Amino acid sequence: MNQAVAASQSTLGSRVVRSRRRENITGWLWASPWILGFLIFTLGPMIASIYYSFTDFPVISPPVWIGLENYQTMLSGDKIIGQALKVTTVYAVVSIPLNLSVGFFLAILLNQPIRGVTVWRTVYYMPAVISGVAVALLWQWIFNTDFGLANWLLDLLGIQGPRWLLDPAWALPALIIMSLWGVGGGMIINLAGLQGVPSQLYEAAEIDGAGPWRRFLTVTVPMVSPVIFFNLVMGIIGALQTFTQAFIMTGGGPQKATHFYMLHLYNNAFVWLKMGYAAALAWVLFIYILALTLVVIRSSSAWVYYEGELRRG
Amino acid sequence: MSGSLFASKKLTTGLTRTFTYIALVIGAFFLMIPFVWMVSTALKEPGDVLKFPPEWIPDPFVWTNFREAVTLPYAPMLVFLKNTVIITFVSMFGQLLSASMVAFSFARLRWWGRDVLFMIVLATMMLPSQVTMIPVFILFKELGWVDSLLPLTVPAFFGGGAFTIFLFRQFMMTVPLEMDDAAKIDGCSTAGIYSRIIIPLSRPVLITAAIFSFLGHWNDFMGPLIYLNSTKNYTLSLGLRIIQGYGGYGVQRWHLLMAASLLVMLPVLLLFFAAQRYFIQGVVISGVKG
Repeated sequence: MNQAVAASQSTLGSRVVRSRRRENITGWLWASPWILGFLIFTLGPMIASIYYSFTDFPVISPPVWIGLENYQTMLSGDKIIGQALKVTTVYAVVSIPLNLSVGFFLAILLNQPIRGVTVWRTVYYMPAVISGVAVALLWQWIFNTDFGLANWLLDLLGIQGPRWLLDPAWALPALIIMSLWGVGGGMIINLAGLQGVPSQLYEAAEIDGAGPWRRFLTVTVPMVSPVIFFNLVMGIIGALQTFTQAFIMTGGGPQKATHFYMLHLYNNAFVWLKMGYAAALAWVLFIYILALTLVVIRSSSAWVYYEGELRRG
Repeated sequence: MSGSLFASKKLTTGLTRTFTYIALVIGAFFLMIPFVWMVSTALKEPGDVLKFPPEWIPDPFVWTNFREAVTLPYAPMLVFLKNTVIITFVSMFGQLLSASMVAFSFARLRWWGRDVLFMIVLATMMLPSQVTMIPVFILFKELGWVDSLLPLTVPAFFGGGAFTIFLFRQFMMTVPLEMDDAAKIDGCSTAGIYSRIIIPLSRPVLITAAIFSFLGHWNDFMGPLIYLNSTKNYTLSLGLRIIQGYGGYGVQRWHLLMAASLLVMLPVLLLFFAAQRYFIQGVVISGVKG
């Protein structure tokens, strides 16, 4: 009898092992499109890109190892990279906080008991869904010095408008103003965050004698801070990769005033066919994005409030 | 309404309300006037475009600007439309199919290494595409795929991107696992569970993912710019660039440029009005729950 039990246990055991193995195989098979994609289009290229960054690679001939030369060129020989970093950083540092605060402010307005919330939401969100070359062309026309919409609006106020995209001092501000057209995306996310704040928290704060400002600072802001944090991180990643607007509207000019980092990378890779140098530029951009993101994440423990079980409330 | 900043009755006075409406109207004015400006320019006679102050209502309405904008001899926009539609829909199909399969595996199947791999999926969301752009270009060049639509469509079949996988997985996690077990007892295979239970239930997220995929590919500029060389393979984004470049040698023909831009934007705007709910859903899933 004992033998029979042991035998049945062992077949049960092997059956469990076998079904485990079958489950594993099935799981990997279903995930295989991504696994293959990750190896072919992400991990492999990342490794190749590190290697290329240490080579001279003009595409028409195979890469030649040159050690750290590309990175040394960045530090001393490349006269444009400093300007590219400056333009990209200024754009990020001004446009991100501007978009975050305007988006947050709009979300607060729309979270009031007002009429026609859906209509307002549509109007504010609509420009955020379109992007690309068509938008860039529209804004190039808006910023036309003599006949553009921007200078017409300024003219109504009696102000002689600048030459915008033709003026080194005004080209970057023009692109920053343009970025505000897409503020609806951040607004929508903030609005969802605001609506997710349980009303009991406000009621409790009110019972404790908190006025509207105090409720705003001690309930609203902490509860929405994870959303702001998310918008900030995505904003950094997006702003540092700005390309289409500059390529279409200014070509990086005038006098390199809008020469974004991605434009420099594109030129090196696909205009001058310096793939090795461009790979090195890509890694520096990645490290820059990573460093900024890490700084934000580090600082987040001080200002981002992560709720425990409150969300379920 | 639920508690908002000024929810207390004391403060929702006429004054706050008036301020809210005034601020909203001013904001809406600045966001909408570029559209009005674009439509107005697109319908003008060439001679009326370069006037200051501008005439807002075109006189006459030149509807033929649209026809002219898509039949310019140097920019066959209808060919570009065909290429853009092929790229957009083939990629969309690939993305939805592969991302839903992968997400199904991450959300519904138990296998060794699953959670570690999902962490990697999330990590790749942070990776800027520039880091992989050059080697991937070299890869497609070696395959002889440059100047074809393949580099712009084939990658979509390999997982469909971390964001899409994430979107699907978050949704599939909400379906009770008992449904799978019940189906299994009834003799349903894994493929059957995927195609007969999970996919029909995932309709909302399928629509959301399809919209995001559409937007991404329809508006893509960098991809076509890098991979497409001959005019017959160009997309609408590159077509607009041709029209712009052609005008750059003389006086820019803004009425044609705005007419063409408007037509390129139109499908996106129509989609937005038809399915606004799903746009918002997608943004909210990515932003708040992420």
